[in-house]
Amino acid sequence: MSASNKDMRTPLARVRAHGSAKSGTGDHIRQRMTAIAMVPLFLFFIGFLVSLVGADYETARAWLGNPLVAIAALLLVVAAIMHMRIGMQIVIEDYVTGERLRSLALIGNFFFSYAVGLACIYAVAKIGFGV
Amino acid sequence: MVQFRLPKNSTMSEGKTFKASPDAKNVKRFRVYRWSPDDGKNPTIDTYEVDLDKCGPMVLDALIKIKNEIDQTLTFRRSCREGICGSCAMNIDGANTLACTKGIDEVKGDVKIYPLPHMPVIKDLVPDLTNFYAQHAFIEPWLQTKSPTPEKEWRQSHEDREKLDGLYECILCACCSTSCPSYWWNGDRYLGPAALLQAYRWLIDSRDEATGERLDDLEDPFRLYRCHTIMNCAKTCPKGLNPAKAIAEIKKMMVERQA
Repeated sequence: MSASNKDMRTPLARVRAHGSAKSGTGDHIRQRMTAIAMVPLFLFFIGFLVSLVGADYETARAWLGNPLVAIAALLLVVAAIMHMRIGMQIVIEDYVTGERLRSLALIGNFFFSYAVGLACIYAVAKIGFGV
Repeated sequence: MVQFRLPKNSTMSEGKTFKASPDAKNVKRFRVYRWSPDDGKNPTIDTYEVDLDKCGPMVLDALIKIKNEIDQTLTFRRSCREGICGSCAMNIDGANTLACTKGIDEVKGDVKIYPLPHMPVIKDLVPDLTNFYAQHAFIEPWLQTKSPTPEKEWRQSHEDREKLDGLYECILCACCSTSCPSYWWNGDRYLGPAALLQAYRWLIDSRDEATGERLDDLEDPFRLYRCHTIMNCAKTCPKGLNPAKAIAEIKKMMVERQA
């Protein structure tokens, strides 16, 4: 936190820095909305999994292809991945220091979240549409 | 990654021990962080044995006694000795508080005294609060208005005045901000609980006409949203205030103006 000896900016100039990013509230709202959404979705999904205990592959596949179940699964994937991306971004910004390493970690988080999210959506859609 | 362990030049070793006189009956040991910028050495923990029968009841009384009678080189800030100036904020018995309002009898065993955590140390128990004060200046802690100045005063209802209770009492001792992990890791960009509590004090003031501009300045992932409601600030505040709640109220204002 201490200023380097080469930095001759005033303390206030350092605090003002590049100004406000004019963002933050959007992620704040999304993080909470997805948390709320995940409560019923996870309960539903856990109930769904428990109901399939002992069922064979075809039955499980057929149930996951049911439009209501598939839509709930997709909603859960979207909410969970969005929540994960924002949460991981906050953790990275908190603990990873150094501009280069932080940027790399944030880029990795972005790509990973979209890749995993789209893979999940593809899997559910494939079963749902029976392709 | 953030540095979880002390850097090499900050690791501490055992320092000097100053024994109490043999006829002292009620002796308490004070283990105090010592570091001087002048000798290039690492910090040490010095031990002072203080006769409590000849000492006032507060930790600050003991520190003043040590400085007056045992070791004049011990350096710390103090002024009002009654919890209103915030000068003697330090880490006592593992928690940030004011030495002048912390009773010696509240501490079991040795009294361990360190400077406020994660701040550059100027000497011994004196931290560098330059950044902390700049953050306070940044939130522009004064009444801002556009309307023509009234002849007498800016009026405020009793109800609106009550909204400032629990906010105006802050003495800027820095106990809260320096207890906050978010402030430790990102104190250059996160404003910290003390500055944000003051920001809310002006946001909620019914007389202030710059609420929107104030919120604009705080709308930032680091300045405001580094607060993760860890609550160390509220736990440690020696004045019993709740900066975490003030920050939550700012976040609510942010959401309200979007919804």
